[in-house]
Amino acid sequence: MTLNALWVVVEPANGSLTTTSLELLSHARTLAPSVAAVTWGPGDHAAQAGEYGASTLYAIGDLAGALPGAPVAAALAALVAAGAPDAILIPNSYDGRDIAGRLSARLDRPVLTNVTGLLDEGGLVSEHPIFGGTQVVRAHFTGEGPGIVVVRAKSFAAEPSGGAPAAVTAAPVGALGATGTAMITATHIEERQGPKLEEAPVVVSGGRGLGESGEYALVEEAARLLNGAAGASRAIVDAGWVPYSHQVGQTGKTVKPTVYIACGISGATQHMVGMKGSKNIVAINKDPDAPIFQIADLGIVGDVHKVLPALIEALKSRAS
Amino acid sequence: MNVVVCVKQIPDPAAPQSLDASYNLNRSGKLILDEADTYGVEMALQLVDKAGGGEVTVVSMGSAADLAGVRNALAMGAAKAIIVSDDALRGTDALGTAKVLAAAIRRVSPDLVLAATESSDGYTGTTPVQLAELLDMPSITFAKSVTVTGSTVAVERQTESGYDEVSAPLPAVVTVTAGVVEPRYASFKGIMAAKSKPVEILSVDDLALAGQVGPAGARQAITEVVVAEARQAGEKFVDDGDGADKIVAFLESIKVL
Ligand SMILES: Cc1cc2nc3c(=O)[nH]c(=O)nc-3n(C[C@H](O)[C@H](O)[C@H](O)COP(=O)(O)OP(=O)(O)OC[C@H]3O[C@@H](n4cnc5c(N)ncnc54)[C@H](O)[C@@H]3O)c2cc1C
Ligand SMILES: Nc1ncnc2c1ncn2[C@@H]1O[C@H](COP(=O)(O)O)[C@@H](O)[C@H]1O
Repeated sequence: MTLNALWVVVEPANGSLTTTSLELLSHARTLAPSVAAVTWGPGDHAAQAGEYGASTLYAIGDLAGALPGAPVAAALAALVAAGAPDAILIPNSYDGRDIAGRLSARLDRPVLTNVTGLLDEGGLVSEHPIFGGTQVVRAHFTGEGPGIVVVRAKSFAAEPSGGAPAAVTAAPVGALGATGTAMITATHIEERQGPKLEEAPVVVSGGRGLGESGEYALVEEAARLLNGAAGASRAIVDAGWVPYSHQVGQTGKTVKPTVYIACGISGATQHMVGMKGSKNIVAINKDPDAPIFQIADLGIVGDVHKVLPALIEALKSRAS
Repeated sequence: MNVVVCVKQIPDPAAPQSLDASYNLNRSGKLILDEADTYGVEMALQLVDKAGGGEVTVVSMGSAADLAGVRNALAMGAAKAIIVSDDALRGTDALGTAKVLAAAIRRVSPDLVLAATESSDGYTGTTPVQLAELLDMPSITFAKSVTVTGSTVAVERQTESGYDEVSAPLPAVVTVTAGVVEPRYASFKGIMAAKSKPVEILSVDDLALAGQVGPAGARQAITEVVVAEARQAGEKFVDDGDGADKIVAFLESIKVL
């Protein structure tokens, strides 16, 4: 090992650390002998951080309603000034990207984003898929100071190491001035049933081939019958048929379910990069030359308005 | 109210893309206004309109050889453009880009800076936040709605489970998602007017940023580009009324059913 220490920004959500945070901790401990986690908010995450490989947990504490980016980056910058790791790994999430951007400017260090692989090759090397995941760019940091890496969800497996609870150290934010003045004044939760898109073993996704917004109900019904989650192409998110949180792809979520069922989706590179890591892929498309068939284990050339209702009927009759 | 919109001119994302010998995205072809930035331009025009005064300035770093994309933003209604263009900028990373944009934006002292959540070609999504830090401003990313009341900007910000209401005092940086507003098409009158709107072109020396941009400023290097393992296509059937059965059988074979 040539790396000594890695820090992982671990994001709290609903009283636990997010899955992507745990994925990063799990991978970090295979790369460096010393892994520290950095978190914020009122919860106590020492046990979970330790279980996944962190020996130290830097706790920034309650942010009093501030958007996390600026205060978390400020606390991290102060920690770096006291002793820098080789690199700081941050989940690719709404707040993760804010933290990375702020920290980069504060430390005057670059950020490598959309990372899906991290290796130790006499130094940290990152992997980024480009052009729809057909090619992979390998990059590394140069110059003095820690590298900042923003890693996409589902890049690594989350595996507990059985470690003892991490030792908690308080990490103060310090003065922020104008940069710390973005405040969250209200939170709105949109109800969603069934498993989360990124965690579901089955994902049924719909695209423009559904024809109209109301037809998305077929996708949701099939997903429900398979105990899965419903996803979408960007075409129908932009068209306003479904919320952005359903989007799979380069600008949406990365999913790696046991099976991904694409219904009326052409298979643009920007969509495929978010789902080609699925264990199995099924595609229903009326165009025999649709690119999605190039990566489908089972391709059905047909009308989604016939195949999907028939599938729903078949699943219902099995259930009863 | 004066609003700056950061806009990027990019190769058409629908066209085949390639890397050049130094691993930079090939930008030799025609450039267009990144569609992601048209939302910021429209949002800015509407906010200035509502405020009842002020103007929209577009700021862009990149080639000045082809300004069709920037002209497009001017044709939509922006008042003027600042372009930072210099051979020394090739290979500049997101932080270097933010330094350039910050230096250009300081000359305008806007009340609000808008950018897209991420560009279509680079999609790092970090440039606007780096920019906010350099400008010593608060930032709110992932806006699905933006309103300005007095000297406060209020944003509905997308979250994993819905959205948050977030507000910050001006001046601030806000990044907007696609769909925040419906971008207008430039009118014929707008296109004609754009031809005579001021476009200021600055160099790296004008901004006193020599040494901080280009590959030397990036402090990251590409080791190699490898071809990813390709997925093999499996079986393909034309649906004869048995498509659903085939799917059920497949799901059974992989033990999902
Ligand atoms: C920078 C950038 C980022 C992007 N990010 C994403 C992203 O994150 N996710 C994403 O999905 N896209 C993304 N896109 C968009 C992407 O390029 C495609 O435009 C989009 O994925 C197309 O969605 P679609 O397959 O639903 O629609 P289309 O490409 O229009 O395909 C519709 C398909 O449905 C089929 N069809 C039509 N009728 C029927 C029927 N009755 N039965 C069966 N099949 C039928 C057609 O044959 C066609 O193949 C991005 C684009 C850019 C430029
Ligand atoms: N070269 C540039 N010129 C102007 N704006 C830019 C430039 N690069 C990035 N931006 C802005 O920052 C946003 C996010 O870019 P990126 O960090 O590349 O994903 C873009 O959509 C633009 O609004």
